[in-house]
Amino acid sequence: MDASLGWWGVPIAVLGGAIRISTPFLFVSLGECLTEKSGRINLGLEGILVMGAMTGYGVSYLSGSPWLGVLAAGFAGLLLGLLHGMVCSLPRVNDIAVGIGLMLFGTGLAFFLGKPFVQPKAPTLPALPLGAWASSPQVQAALQINVLFIVGAVLAVALHWVFRNTRWGLVVRMVGDSADAARAMGYNVNAVRVLATALGGFSAGVGGSFLSLYYPGSWNEGLSSGQGLMAVALVIFARWRPIHCFWAALLFGGASALGPALQSVGITSGYYLFNAAPYVLTLGVMIATCSTRRTLAGAPGELSVTR
Amino acid sequence: MSDTASLPVVAATASPLWLDRLRRPAEAVLVPLGALLAAMVIFGAFVAVLGKDPVEVYALIYKGAFSSAFAWQNTLQRAAPLILTALCVALPAQVGLIVIGGEGALVLGGLAAAVAGHALSGSSPLAIEIAMAIAAMLVGGAWIALAGALRHYRGVNETISSLLLSYIAIALFNHFVEGPLRDPASLNKPSTMPIGEASMIGVIPGTDVHWGLVFGIVFCLIAFVLVRYTVQGFAMRIVGGNVRAAKLAGLPVGILILSSCGLGGAAAGLAGMVEVAAVHGNANASLIAGYGYAGILVSFIARHNPLAIVPVAILLGGIAASGGLLQRRLDLPDATVLLLQGIAFMVILASETLYGRARIFQPKGA
Repeated sequence: MDASLGWWGVPIAVLGGAIRISTPFLFVSLGECLTEKSGRINLGLEGILVMGAMTGYGVSYLSGSPWLGVLAAGFAGLLLGLLHGMVCSLPRVNDIAVGIGLMLFGTGLAFFLGKPFVQPKAPTLPALPLGAWASSPQVQAALQINVLFIVGAVLAVALHWVFRNTRWGLVVRMVGDSADAARAMGYNVNAVRVLATALGGFSAGVGGSFLSLYYPGSWNEGLSSGQGLMAVALVIFARWRPIHCFWAALLFGGASALGPALQSVGITSGYYLFNAAPYVLTLGVMIATCSTRRTLAGAPGELSVTR
Repeated sequence: MSDTASLPVVAATASPLWLDRLRRPAEAVLVPLGALLAAMVIFGAFVAVLGKDPVEVYALIYKGAFSSAFAWQNTLQRAAPLILTALCVALPAQVGLIVIGGEGALVLGGLAAAVAGHALSGSSPLAIEIAMAIAAMLVGGAWIALAGALRHYRGVNETISSLLLSYIAIALFNHFVEGPLRDPASLNKPSTMPIGEASMIGVIPGTDVHWGLVFGIVFCLIAFVLVRYTVQGFAMRIVGGNVRAAKLAGLPVGILILSSCGLGGAAAGLAGMVEVAAVHGNANASLIAGYGYAGILVSFIARHNPLAIVPVAILLGGIAASGGLLQRRLDLPDATVLLLQGIAFMVILASETLYGRARIFQPKGA
């Protein structure tokens, strides 16, 4: 059966991998999108992702319900986001540096508390077999779609709608574009940013739970390999538009799936180089889109990373 | 310095000039120390949650890090690469860049050193060692200078690009070590060809500590003099303070950014060479040990002061050295050290807000 698809196995595996791998990218980038729209950057989402993965797995193991794990992961992310938001609200504290600190703190805390969960097997999230109509097992495997992926897609549309059509969305965008204008309107800039960072953390935590509860589907210390940080670049690539975050996440997921897909058809030389594809893609995208002469179209005016 | 801190504000106006001059340095020492103390309290609470006695944990950290000559040697051994990778953060910080890709410069520097060491085998050991150091510094410097160039010429955020570059560097490293450069004799642990026992840099006479520590301290001294006492260093700090002002003053901003990033990367590359030529004897996956990331923490605690990096790196090297003891004696997870580092990092960053707040640290002026 493997041979029957031959080279067609590669694009199908890439597509399936893209859908699987993109889900954490999607949640982290939507969270980061919300945070950055409020004018702050949270580089610590990498730490939140790992913490979410550990919490989700641990709670799923202890309670027997993976969905409770997803919720708990979200709340762990919320707390870490709150920590980032509040530390950054202190005068003269640099949000990029705090993000690096949170990256270290989140991973350290997750490894410290997650030690007992490395061995046991927790119940994981179910998948929807959307490919049941196909006869080829590769196609079936590629279309095993997790509910969280669909939730993420809906969340992207919802976030887009919130930014455009609601008072809350407008307030967040105003705070991100001009803190002075927001102050003049009587809004508490720091409070809005803390809230946006905390909710962004919730989303990133849910993304982390996908890693441990669905794909790869176990908790260990090598679970995340920079997805949290790549999501930051992904948001810049998507120009701070939630719908574009969705497509960008799929693209990055596909790039990450390239190495394993090629390996499955027997191309093993350069395996490590193909693994670097998402990082090279991220860097390439940033080089292509950034410029010293103009600020990026769509960039929140208060964002330090694009100035 | 503590007597400076305890001076009442009213009396301070009458204090002699030298005491007045101590106020800022006292602030620069006491605020991080206080933050570290706070971090220890928070970490103690985490340990207590796991049912361990925090006092015992700290006693063990002291025992494992600084209590005996053996412990000290272990500590200094680990401090050596931290000093060098911290410089990879501290030097770009002088021009206002936050570079966190030291890990990538370290592994590529180590790889370059291993390749150079093997290629020259047969030459005199000193020549090989010098060639390894130069190769490592060139490769490491070029890698970080690339992040600086992307920032200066394309406006790409250097924090993100340097971290992406370090992931790419690790992928390249794995590709070469497991592919074209692999020693066929290394079966279980893919490695490059050994550089040979004779070409290893030895230990400082009378100790078990290798010369890498001396490399690090000398590099720090050079960096300190460069930043504080030379025109180029002054120009770097102007760029770091205000790029537009530096441009208006006609400073070569691009060259300054590239050279400070290059120097920082060279330091991290040298750390890789030291690991290869003093510890492992070849380049293998043990090089990817997180020294680059720990160096970020060292530099931030030292507030990017090259001279302060040395004691901070020794402190963190000591904590890392005691990790094994904590694991064995108290059955704590091996991530305990990482957690302590993370807490310390967050508290140190939050303490940035305290500078200039307390009037007692403000010079009254004369």
